[in-house]
Amino acid sequence: MNRLRAWFLAPSWAVMLALFLAPLAIILAYSFLTRGTYGGISLPWTRESYQRLADPIYLAILWRSFWIAGVSTVFCLLLGFPLALFISRSGKRKDLYLSLVMLPFWTSFLVRTYAWMFLLRDTGLINTLLQKLGLIHSPLPLLYNDGAVILGLVYGYLPFMVLPVYATLERLDRNLLEASADLGARPWATLTHVMVPLCAPGIRAGTILVFIPCLGAYLTPDLLGGGKSVMIGNLIQNQFTTARDWPFGSAVSLALMAVVMLLLAVFVRRGEEGLL
Amino acid sequence: MKRPGVSLSIYALGAFLFLHLPLLILAAFSFNASRFTVWEGFSLRWYAGALQDSQLIEASWNSLIIAIFATVVSTIIGTLCAYGLWKRSSPVLTGSLYLSLVTPEIVTGISLLAFYQWIFRFLHVQLGMHTVILAHISFSIAYVVIVVMARLRTVDAQLEEAALDLGANEWQAFRYVTLPAILPGVIAAALLAFTVSFDDYVITSLVAGVDSETLPMVIYAIARRGVNPVVNAISAMIVVGFGALILISERLRTT
Repeated sequence: MNRLRAWFLAPSWAVMLALFLAPLAIILAYSFLTRGTYGGISLPWTRESYQRLADPIYLAILWRSFWIAGVSTVFCLLLGFPLALFISRSGKRKDLYLSLVMLPFWTSFLVRTYAWMFLLRDTGLINTLLQKLGLIHSPLPLLYNDGAVILGLVYGYLPFMVLPVYATLERLDRNLLEASADLGARPWATLTHVMVPLCAPGIRAGTILVFIPCLGAYLTPDLLGGGKSVMIGNLIQNQFTTARDWPFGSAVSLALMAVVMLLLAVFVRRGEEGLL
Repeated sequence: MKRPGVSLSIYALGAFLFLHLPLLILAAFSFNASRFTVWEGFSLRWYAGALQDSQLIEASWNSLIIAIFATVVSTIIGTLCAYGLWKRSSPVLTGSLYLSLVTPEIVTGISLLAFYQWIFRFLHVQLGMHTVILAHISFSIAYVVIVVMARLRTVDAQLEEAALDLGANEWQAFRYVTLPAILPGVIAAALLAFTVSFDDYVITSLVAGVDSETLPMVIYAIARRGVNPVVNAISAMIVVGFGALILISERLRTT
């Protein structure tokens, strides 16, 4: 059996080694090299790229990315929890509602981001409608700011919060909620003291599933934030294209990967991987 | 069983509108006769425009070819992998598959770009369709493994043992007992891999060559210049096409 099993796993090992782990090893090496005169890389080995991460300009971009990803995650939780609660109480229509949550998620991310450009821009639907109604005289600056980026991220990753929270709500022992009510707790107290603590695994999984892609977002800040809203993803892309500083771009990428892995290590408990 | 209250139901309605209205509005305005965001009557001119645009047609073909190649290869490799992992776990392989799933796309993209450029020092090849296809295979495999694994958990392992006892070899046990049982999951995984591949912009744009511009790359280029009703028309077609694929995929996963 063991020989055959090795053959089943061999192709995926080959692909993961050649096209995922080796590329990561390459940028690990690049991050310790010097920027070449015409882009690319050259010797000597140095830690300079990592030291540059401490530069206030780049620290500001890192801080900003954390802030935008954090705010987006909080909004996803606040919007997603009641939705998950609604779905878990919907009896036979659960599957339909879950599909309704997932459907936009699986339609093109690019198209969904473009849809918000269509709605938010100066001559977009919202501004046009408000002007027709006479509520405003000049268009509101809805697009190309942090708010638009957060909106785009919340819209994009809300399903990642709803699904794991729903999964824990499904497994919740309803007798506990009734017991809480029988003992005189108001609905709000039952929610905050019983339901939310019992759903902690789902909330943790949802938080991590939303926060990680938001932190590494590239397309959303690029299209909805305009040039103004630079996040880590845009910084990395810029180093590999316009700035042509591959060692620094590699160092930023690895710093981002380190944060992602740290978050996974802290937030994901043993036995809860299934929720991811 | 507790039913959702009125306020929770109203909230849910609002949430579903938030999720679906932007795409519905986008699709509705693809039928607008006017170039501007003012309704001037029904028209198919943007669809006609999209279908006559040679750059869009070529990019769509590229996307289709890439997605088909990536889907076929990643579905085969991913299914074999899920089956192998079902028999006995391999924490290192599983770990790297999960890691590939949570790695930000921009990092996957630039690491592949750096890797390709390094390889090209020794081989006389350039970025093109092949580099895009290889990239897509690598990021699709994890999706396939997860979907097929979920299906395998519903399969009774004793069926294979029975087949082995009755004289089948290991390959025959896989081919004639387990594979038919997980086939709906495999097809669902393939549809998922196809949509993930067809939709990708970030990784593709970094590893594509001059001859391999894909549909998302064209849409992105137009979107950067501002809003264009032709993009609304393409978007509507993509949303409907993807929606159908995903609904089929969901059906297959749950039956």
